[in-house]
Amino acid sequence: MKKMNKTTKTNLITYAIVIAAYLLVSLLSLTGHVSSLMEGLLVPLCIYVILAVSLNLVVGILGELSLGHAGFMCVGAFSGAFFSMCTNGMLPDWLRFLIALVIGALTAAVFGIIIGIPVLRLRGDYLAIVTLAFGEIIKNLMNVLYIGRDSAGFHFSMKDVMALGLEPGSKPIINGPQGITGTPHDASFTIGVVLILLVLLTILNLIHSRDGRAIMAIRDNRIAAESIGINVTKYKLMAFTLSASIAGVAGVLYAHNLSTLTALPKNFGYNMSIMILVFVVLGGIGNIRGSVISAVVLTLLPELLRGLSDYRMLIYAILLIGMMLFNWSPKAIELRERYSLRRLLRNKKEAS
Amino acid sequence: MALLDVQNLCISFGGLRAVDDFDIHVEKGQLYGLIGPNGAGKTTVFNLLTGVYKPNEGIIRLDGEDITGKRTIDINKAGIARTFQNIRLFKGMSVLDNVKAGLHNNYRYSTLAGIFRLPSYRRVEKEMDEKAMELLEVFGLGGEADYLASNLPYGKQRKLEIARALATNPKLLLLDEPAAGMNPNETKELMDTIRLIRDRFDMTILLIEHDMKLVSGICEELSVLNFGRILAQGETSRVLNDPQVITAYLGE
Repeated sequence: MKKMNKTTKTNLITYAIVIAAYLLVSLLSLTGHVSSLMEGLLVPLCIYVILAVSLNLVVGILGELSLGHAGFMCVGAFSGAFFSMCTNGMLPDWLRFLIALVIGALTAAVFGIIIGIPVLRLRGDYLAIVTLAFGEIIKNLMNVLYIGRDSAGFHFSMKDVMALGLEPGSKPIINGPQGITGTPHDASFTIGVVLILLVLLTILNLIHSRDGRAIMAIRDNRIAAESIGINVTKYKLMAFTLSASIAGVAGVLYAHNLSTLTALPKNFGYNMSIMILVFVVLGGIGNIRGSVISAVVLTLLPELLRGLSDYRMLIYAILLIGMMLFNWSPKAIELRERYSLRRLLRNKKEAS
Repeated sequence: MALLDVQNLCISFGGLRAVDDFDIHVEKGQLYGLIGPNGAGKTTVFNLLTGVYKPNEGIIRLDGEDITGKRTIDINKAGIARTFQNIRLFKGMSVLDNVKAGLHNNYRYSTLAGIFRLPSYRRVEKEMDEKAMELLEVFGLGGEADYLASNLPYGKQRKLEIARALATNPKLLLLDEPAAGMNPNETKELMDTIRLIRDRFDMTILLIEHDMKLVSGICEELSVLNFGRILAQGETSRVLNDPQVITAYLGE
C-alpha cells in the first residue's frame, strides 16, 4: 500500500513539472519575455518530449533498442496531414485536428504491428539495425508517393505526378518529394502540452499496471517471464505498437505546425531517430520524467548556444558527454546520492 | 493416477542423446528428488517438462492431460511452475512486483482499465497486493516487499523465485538446485520452507539437488540420472544405498 502511494506521488510530480513549465512559459510569453525564435520552438519542444517518452517505452521499459522511431512519426505526419487536407473546410477546426490525431495514431500503430511482427523476433543489435532500415524505407516510400483527388475520386501512383492522370485544374494532395503543401496550422503550444500530459498519463499508468509489469518482466528475463505464463510476443508487440502510435501523434502535431510537409533525411531520417535516442539515454533509460527533462534541455541548448556560432556544436557535444557521465558513471552516481536533496532533507529531519 | 506421468522421454542434441528413455511417476503431494552427477541431463529434463525443449519422443501427462510439445506459457497455465539453477528474477522490479508478475494470469483487468485507472483496476490491484503480500509473508520476505529484487541477499532471492513460481498457482512445482550456493544453516532453513510449501499449499514438488543431506532429509522418492538414462528409481533410502548409484557418484 505504501509503495502504491509512492509511485502515484512520483507520477504526480512529473505531471506537476510539465504543468508548471507550461504556466511559466505562458506567463513569460504574455509579458513579452519570450523571443519569437523561442516562440517558434515551443511546439517542436512538445513534439520532442512526446517522441522521447514514447521511445523510452520501447528502449527503457521493453528493453529493446529501436532506431526507426522517426519512421513512425513520418507515417503519422503524412496520414494526419492527408486527412486534414481532404477535409479542410468540411469540419470544424478542432474536430478535424482531433480526428487527424486519431488517424495519425492508428496508421502509425498499424505500421507498428506490421513492422513489429517480423522485427520483434530479433534481439539487441539486430533489432536496432532492422528498425533503422524500416525507418529509412518508410521515409523513402513517402518520397515517391503521389496521391491526388478530382471529381472522379482518389488517384494513386508511385511513379510521378503525370501518372496520376488528374483532371486539369486539380492539384495532387501528396506530391512525392514535394510532400504536402498547405496543411492547416492547427498545432499550438497548449495542444502540445495537453498531448504531453495525455501521453504521460497513458505510459506512466501502463507501466504501473498488470501489462506494464509483464513488459518489464520480459525486459528483465524473458525465459523466466515465459515460465510464469507471460505471453512474450503479445506484450512485446503491445509496447512496440503503443510506442509507434504515440510517435504518430507527435508526427501529426509536427505536420500541423508547418505549412509544408516533406520527408527529408533531416526531419524523418535516422538522424532524427538517433536524436530521440540521445534524449532517452541521457534522460535515463526507463526514466520517463528524465526523458521529458532531457528532451527540453537538449532542444533548447543548441538555440541558447547560438551566440557561440561556430563553437556551438562543439559545446553541445561536450555537454552531452558531461550529462552522460553525470547520469551513468558510478562515481557520479555515488556523489549524487551523497548530496541528493532527498537525503539532505532526511538528515535534517533526523537531526531535528 | 499419478499427477505427473512421463513415459519414454527422449531428446538428442546432434549426436548426443541428452535424455534417453526417461520415465517418472510423481504422485500428488509427493516430494520427489531427481539426482545425478553433473551433466547427467537433470536440467534438460526440467526444460523438457516445461516446454523449453520439445522432446523427440515420449509423452508427458500432467493430471491426465497430455502436455507434450506445448509452449512454455501453456504448460505454466496447465499447472507447472519452476525455478532456475541460476536465479532468474526480474532484477529491475521490486520484490512485490516480482510476485505480482507471477499472479499475471490469475488476476485480470483490461489494458484500458489499467491506463484509465478504472474501478476494476483498483479492485484487482488491491487483491493482487494482498495475495502477493500473503505469499511473501510465508517466505519471510514481507519486510522487503519494496526492495529491488537484485538487492536481496542470495538466499532470499532463491525464496523469492519460489514465491513467484507459487504465485502462478501451479499443481506441480519444479525446483532446480534450490540449495545451490547456500551454507548449511540456509539449507536447513530451506528444507523447512520446502516442507512448509508442501503442507500449506498441498503442493507436489519435484526437485533437482546435489546436497545429499537435503535430498535424504526431505525427498520421499528419488530418480537417479546418469548419462541421460535412469540408473535407479524408488524410495530414497533404498536408492541412496544402491551400489550402482554410489559408483556413479563416487567412481569405482
